[in-house]
Amino acid sequence: MTHINNLKSIQYIIKKAIFTIVFSIVSLFSFANHDTTHLATANVHEENNGEEKFDINKTIMEHVADAHDWHLWGHTSIHLPVILYTNKGLDFFSSGKFNHGHDIYVGKYAYKMEHEKIHAVDENGNVLEDVSVLDFSITKNVATLLITVFGLILIFLTVANGYSKRGIGAPKGIQSWLEPIILFVRDDIATPNLGKHTNKYMPYLLTVFFFIWFNNMLGLIPFFPGGANVTGNIAVTMVLSVITFVLTNINAKKAYWSHIFLPHVPLWLYPLMIPVEIIGIFTKPFALMIRLFANITAGHILVLSLVCLAILFKSFAVGFATTPLIVFISAIELLVAFLQAFIFTILSALFIGMAVNIETEEAHH
Amino acid sequence: MTGSIAAIGAGLAAIGAGLGIGRIGGSAMESMARQPEAANKIQTTMLIAAAFVEAVALFAVVVSLLGNG
Repeated sequence: MTHINNLKSIQYIIKKAIFTIVFSIVSLFSFANHDTTHLATANVHEENNGEEKFDINKTIMEHVADAHDWHLWGHTSIHLPVILYTNKGLDFFSSGKFNHGHDIYVGKYAYKMEHEKIHAVDENGNVLEDVSVLDFSITKNVATLLITVFGLILIFLTVANGYSKRGIGAPKGIQSWLEPIILFVRDDIATPNLGKHTNKYMPYLLTVFFFIWFNNMLGLIPFFPGGANVTGNIAVTMVLSVITFVLTNINAKKAYWSHIFLPHVPLWLYPLMIPVEIIGIFTKPFALMIRLFANITAGHILVLSLVCLAILFKSFAVGFATTPLIVFISAIELLVAFLQAFIFTILSALFIGMAVNIETEEAHH
Repeated sequence: MTGSIAAIGAGLAAIGAGLGIGRIGGSAMESMARQPEAANKIQTTMLIAAAFVEAVALFAVVVSLLGNG
């Protein structure tokens, strides 16, 4: 029996290793392709400016930031819809009309796109400062969010159907891939922190875990279904941490609030302690927001910087030297993708648990 | 010159985070060697503590990035 188990675990490890290597190599080549095409566009910029320099900062920031087109290959990209709201009403058109920011589109106002930000302009192309343009476009990040939502719904409905059909028995198919991870979230993340309240918060914790993990992994894929930096967008991480913040404070027990407003310290310390505790309520979700955003963005910037080195030095030797390094960093990023989902979920569970299990926690002291 | 000063800030943050995470990892390894049966629990708490240290460093990195741009 142990032999079979060993064999299985070895097979598992080999499969995992092959997956990792293939994934890293694929991502490497696609990163490379991605950047050569951008080198081409960068060269265009050079001709325009008459400069001879490849702007590494600009290239990296373009890749990390959100966009109105979804770049596929070469000069092919998906033009995502632009939805604008101004004081004249809604405007709805394809982002292809901007021709990558070179053209002006005339709808209810004339619009110009500069560095992915859309302004209303007059006939001469001057920005109208007093017209506020609210941009509700389906950008690359929004499109990826929609893909993620459909993907997760599809996967988890399949899993849920499996359980309702076969009952609690041996899992099958995609179920057997997800069951250990779901159990990991429940037994290693939720239960130690939430105790008897586990079942109430499991839906949120599972959702947030798989949402972040799925998006982190999609962000590592440089071509079509991925390529967007969703979890490296501070608005997305802010929404996630605001949900944790709301859950924590709405479900908090009386002891949680008395801990903040009536702490067990001498009375003269109250003017100091109460503001600190109140700030503490907000710094916890704020730290969640910054941690996920900065980790994922820093990872993307790191990989892109290494890729850009070869282009910067215009040398094959540097390219060969950085290739193993890029593979290594990409493999690390796979780990970080999982780790950040884990950290976000466990800290959410910890904060919620601290608010709802506060009596039991006091008993420990 | 702002760019280079921001880079120094990022470097200082990296030193701090390196020291912090190094200490956490070292102590966790030591305690896991002493008590292998508690390895799982130690690992989880280690990751959480490392995440807190890392967050401070990443604050600094974000501030440097903002200062740079």
